[in-house]
Amino acid sequence: MDDTEPLIPHGNLIAHVVAFAHLLRSTGIKVSVEQTIDLVRALEHVPIVSRSDFRAAARCTLVCRREDLPVFDAAFDFYWRTQSGFDPLMLAIPVVKTPPKPLRLPQRPRSPGDGQDESDRHGEQQEEKVGFTLTFTASETLRTKDFGSFSHEEVQACKELLRTLEWRIEPRRTRRRRPANRPGVIDMRRLLRRSLRYGGDPVELTFREPRYRQRPLVVLCDISGSMDRYSRILLQFIYTISNGLRDVEAFVFGTRLTRITRLLRERDIDEAIAAVSKQVVDWSGGTRIGEAVRHFNYYWSRRVLGRGPVVLLISDGWDRGDPQLLGREMARLQRSCHRLIWLNPLLGNPRYQPLTQGMQAALPFIDDFLPVHNLVSLEQLGAKLATLGARRPERRQNAGGRVRV
Amino acid sequence: MNFATIDELQQALAAHDYIADRPLATAIFLALKLQKPLLLEGEAGVGKTEIAKTLARMQDRHLIRLQCYEGLDVNTTIYEWNYTRQMLQIRLIEALGASDAHAALKEIFSPEFLIKRPLLQAIEESWDRPPVLLIDEIDRADEEFEAFLLELLSDWQISIPEIGTIRASQPPTVIITSNRTREIHDALKRRCLFYWIDYPSLDKELRIVNAKVPGASERLSRQVVAFVHELRKLDLFKLPGVAETLDWATALTALDARELTAELVEDTLGAILKYQDDIAQVRRQGVRSILEKVGV
Repeated sequence: MDDTEPLIPHGNLIAHVVAFAHLLRSTGIKVSVEQTIDLVRALEHVPIVSRSDFRAAARCTLVCRREDLPVFDAAFDFYWRTQSGFDPLMLAIPVVKTPPKPLRLPQRPRSPGDGQDESDRHGEQQEEKVGFTLTFTASETLRTKDFGSFSHEEVQACKELLRTLEWRIEPRRTRRRRPANRPGVIDMRRLLRRSLRYGGDPVELTFREPRYRQRPLVVLCDISGSMDRYSRILLQFIYTISNGLRDVEAFVFGTRLTRITRLLRERDIDEAIAAVSKQVVDWSGGTRIGEAVRHFNYYWSRRVLGRGPVVLLISDGWDRGDPQLLGREMARLQRSCHRLIWLNPLLGNPRYQPLTQGMQAALPFIDDFLPVHNLVSLEQLGAKLATLGARRPERRQNAGGRVRV
Repeated sequence: MNFATIDELQQALAAHDYIADRPLATAIFLALKLQKPLLLEGEAGVGKTEIAKTLARMQDRHLIRLQCYEGLDVNTTIYEWNYTRQMLQIRLIEALGASDAHAALKEIFSPEFLIKRPLLQAIEESWDRPPVLLIDEIDRADEEFEAFLLELLSDWQISIPEIGTIRASQPPTVIITSNRTREIHDALKRRCLFYWIDYPSLDKELRIVNAKVPGASERLSRQVVAFVHELRKLDLFKLPGVAETLDWATALTALDARELTAELVEDTLGAILKYQDDIAQVRRQGVRSILEKVGV
């Protein structure tokens, strides 16, 4: 250790660093006090006369997510703005309080098209709750009624019912072990300790057994025009399932794919759904399922498809894109997950036949093809998820596996 | 082993065939100065692991490498008791007739019976200079493992219930790499300096190839790098990393190639593209047309 000097070398510097960290926080980057201190310490070693070195030091101490880097750069340029390079005298200028209105920074790198005025959908979510008490018969009809023909009150009632559903996915055996009472693998460490009580003889055997853990769940939900009647309820379903299970990633797509996992962390279901409505730009538009799945495969699958996940793809299969592309990408998706389940609201209709080109292209690569049109079908899905089995279903190499309907 | 300036460090790295641009050199410099772990993220094959190896070689320090996988636990990463020896020792104590249980307990749970795993080795006293600890591909391990790391990385200490706390007198330099197959927990990230390594620029990659594959002719290296850069513009499932560029340059050199030809590229595509779909896509696009863009 050669840094025995006190931590406060340059007058106003600390104030500026703190103010800058504050600015970063206002843009949504999480910066801890420790990280701020690190930057101050770093500046003892890095020449602050060089703007680029200073930027590099601030970057590697204050930011710890790649997604935040573009926002950081914009904030840096804003705070340490000078036309002609970096002026160390900046540090002597008294700290200006960060502007009361957080400046408009590019939000997240992946949505280049945002920033337009969000015509509030407030009207929609402002509707007051109706005191709806479920009688047995009411809930019975509700359970079997098609989501598409729900009235507003029924949507509200359904929300309550959804909350009561308990979700469980058949757990996956991990490679971690824990102490056990049943015979399994011998736990040498405990065995030895116990045996000391008996003069070193292993009288009592101690064991360890594998630990089980819930499989991650990934939901990809179609919100294009043809799904309109179902989208709202389905989003509520996705909200409840992602708050009821540990490890859920959620995406919605129409013509493009949007990740909504973080938006669903909201406490309040209506706020969460409002946030999703705001963020998603291609609501009720066309569908290109193949493109969406491809985008998912290329940009997200490596990050969210570790550890044997179950993938739910929710769509009616009305696809305006290239069916060949869809087939290819479904095959890739199926190879990288434990179970690929396609939920189709139209499947609730006994006369429905999956004849659209998109559905035809995708079918060979789906493990389960299930309806999702009323509460009963969601309960069935719940039962399915709880009993998936430890092995991947058998799948044929090229043409895909058998489809269970 | 102390570098006074970022420049000095950057030059030393270059002298050991690691071409780092200045922001990266700054991050490494700060990791050494502030004695904080450095978390490197980036696509596979951009030279994350190589940094740790180069640092160790350059400063003549020991490299301790922990390759992560699911289910890593205390027994495989920190320490384990040598059970066989302990049992023999119990027999020995018995045979010698000493029957003081407490003393026996104390004896068999002493450091002498400890098998030290990488993390414990890294903070041990016995190094004359602190080692470089490489925790490779941490995203392959599960979240529980990250929890073990927290104590080590913030306080440079490890607690063993039977012995007590072992503290490093000189903290090791810790390099953690991640391919981002999952998000690392914020608690761990905040204890680290963070650097995202991107694919290098054309010029930088050429310097890397020159440094790492000195046998390749200047002309060949130039073409190889330009070709790979063209590939990275395509919409491939897995873009080739620097590691692939180096493999390819080495392979071509081994084939005595002086320059790229369409046939040669066709025959060796497997060195840079690892997915059948990607190879098929490049073939559809036409190797020749890419070569034309590169100016061959």
